[in-house]
Amino acid sequence: MATSKIDDPRVIEFDVRTDEMLINMGPQHPSTHGVLRLVLRTDGEVVSDVEPHLGYLHRCAEKIGENLTARQWVPYTDRMDYLAAMNMNLGWSLVIEKMLDHDLPERARHLRVIISEMGRIASHLVAMGTYGLDLGSFTPFLYGFREREKILNLFEEACGARLTYSYLTPGGATADLPAGWTDKCLQFLAEFKEVIPELHTLLTTNTIFVSRTAGIGVMPARMAIDYGCTGPVLRGSGVYHDLRFHGEERYTEMYDGYVFDVICADPETGLYPESNYEFHGDSLDYPEIPRQAVLGDCWHRFYVRMLEVVQSVRLVEQAIEKYEATSGDWGTPIKLTQKLPAKEAYMETEAPRGQMGFYVVGNGDAIPWRVRARSSSFCNLSVTAPLCQGILLADIPAIVGSLDVVMGEIDR
Amino acid sequence: MSEIPLVTELRSRFGEGIIDVNLEAIDEWVEVTPDVLVGVCEFLKEAEGFRFDMCNSITVVDYLHTDPKKAAKVDWEPHMEVVYHLSSIATKMTLVLKVKIPRWKNGVEGELPGVPSVSGVWSTADWHEREAYDLSGVNFLGHPQLKRILCPDDWEGHPLRKDYEQPLEYHGIRGR
Repeated sequence: MATSKIDDPRVIEFDVRTDEMLINMGPQHPSTHGVLRLVLRTDGEVVSDVEPHLGYLHRCAEKIGENLTARQWVPYTDRMDYLAAMNMNLGWSLVIEKMLDHDLPERARHLRVIISEMGRIASHLVAMGTYGLDLGSFTPFLYGFREREKILNLFEEACGARLTYSYLTPGGATADLPAGWTDKCLQFLAEFKEVIPELHTLLTTNTIFVSRTAGIGVMPARMAIDYGCTGPVLRGSGVYHDLRFHGEERYTEMYDGYVFDVICADPETGLYPESNYEFHGDSLDYPEIPRQAVLGDCWHRFYVRMLEVVQSVRLVEQAIEKYEATSGDWGTPIKLTQKLPAKEAYMETEAPRGQMGFYVVGNGDAIPWRVRARSSSFCNLSVTAPLCQGILLADIPAIVGSLDVVMGEIDR
Repeated sequence: MSEIPLVTELRSRFGEGIIDVNLEAIDEWVEVTPDVLVGVCEFLKEAEGFRFDMCNSITVVDYLHTDPKKAAKVDWEPHMEVVYHLSSIATKMTLVLKVKIPRWKNGVEGELPGVPSVSGVWSTADWHEREAYDLSGVNFLGHPQLKRILCPDDWEGHPLRKDYEQPLEYHGIRGR
């Protein structure tokens, strides 16, 4: 007797058909960094279409801003990018100062460099830790948070809050750094420098990590610019653009006289600039770029953040030196009821996640006519849909994680 | 100062389309008519020497005083402004474009005014225009998928309009 057709394994193989399936990922999904919902159209393991749905964390910040004075809105900027609240305060403070044409004393500028670069370190540590978590490794998360905790302690000592600081305000800062703070900060930096190579061993050169990220989600420079990607996402694609160098004068003058590198690979050679920063007495060796990595992939975006941390350490060291050497005060915060002129101003700063812009329209009253926050993560996230076409389902967390979005900033 | 050749170039190409230029403002701005908007944007993106390759933000500002006493004191008629913040990675220049539109299409309350979409010029504009439509109620004509982005799909009204009234309840949730 011949076997029936159905027993023939080959026939079964031909008979199985996969249907297109819609998969809902999030809003409560551990790898979506908050409340992001992705609707995936999949055929088996392959994702053909991704549609992000936002707005779960929308708190009407812009509408609230039309009912508060400029200084009263500072705490709302904290709650946008809650992982880098200091940098959000800075962006808003600068745009108000630009509008009022208010200049800061020199000491206040150095204070702002110290605080915003420490904020960048803390933010990139979370980015690194949670990225490891997205890819199934718990250890880097603990290492990253351990170091971040020390920064939060320092911030708490400076302003009394651990997450939502409202420390930098239009006109300067709410208070000077407490006595002895800079010594503690320098001590932290000295300890932290020892830890950086450790963090690199955990992820950067880890074989599993490299095979999950290298060559995945490759974003050409053209596409990154077209979608308005900024910050490490843009520089990971080999575009040499950092507002600390290329921004408006009011912002770049903060960094006048500082020596640091823009971390960005040369698109021709794919190599990062040689570091001339003295580290442990000898110059820091960057870990080697793995063979599989392509410029603009998830690995490069991650790597740019890791190297930026070193540059921030370098900046804080210089800033503390300059801060100690200058006398004067930390700036007088503007009055709570300071009237805004009937003008409009827009300004972007280099926040850890990209260019954070604030737009404010005044009408001669203390309460602005319109405020607007241009979110860096908002633009960075908009690239997910084109980036995730035709990839495997398991690569979605790797790609979304590498963009390092914070939903509080996207939904505002 | 570097914007001045740009303005002469724009005027020679678009003539009547360039309504107003303010180089004294904190951020220099150029006001254009909705008809030439897409043409101006394409030109600014491609033109040698300017290359505004990045669209940073698209915002709508609503000019309306709901209080008649205050409305009598201002020198403008109620209108809306769509504001485009552009910058260039290649040349590091920045520019603000403005388009003035009426608050309602043909003056009929409830009919959203329209402005051509620039999502074909910069892909960033896609989400920014959706946000502007969602919060300020401006139709971006020619947008591939103009729907709400931050508010729920069944939300009524556009919160950043000055005459917006907060709903009393939404799906059984008390509003105020």
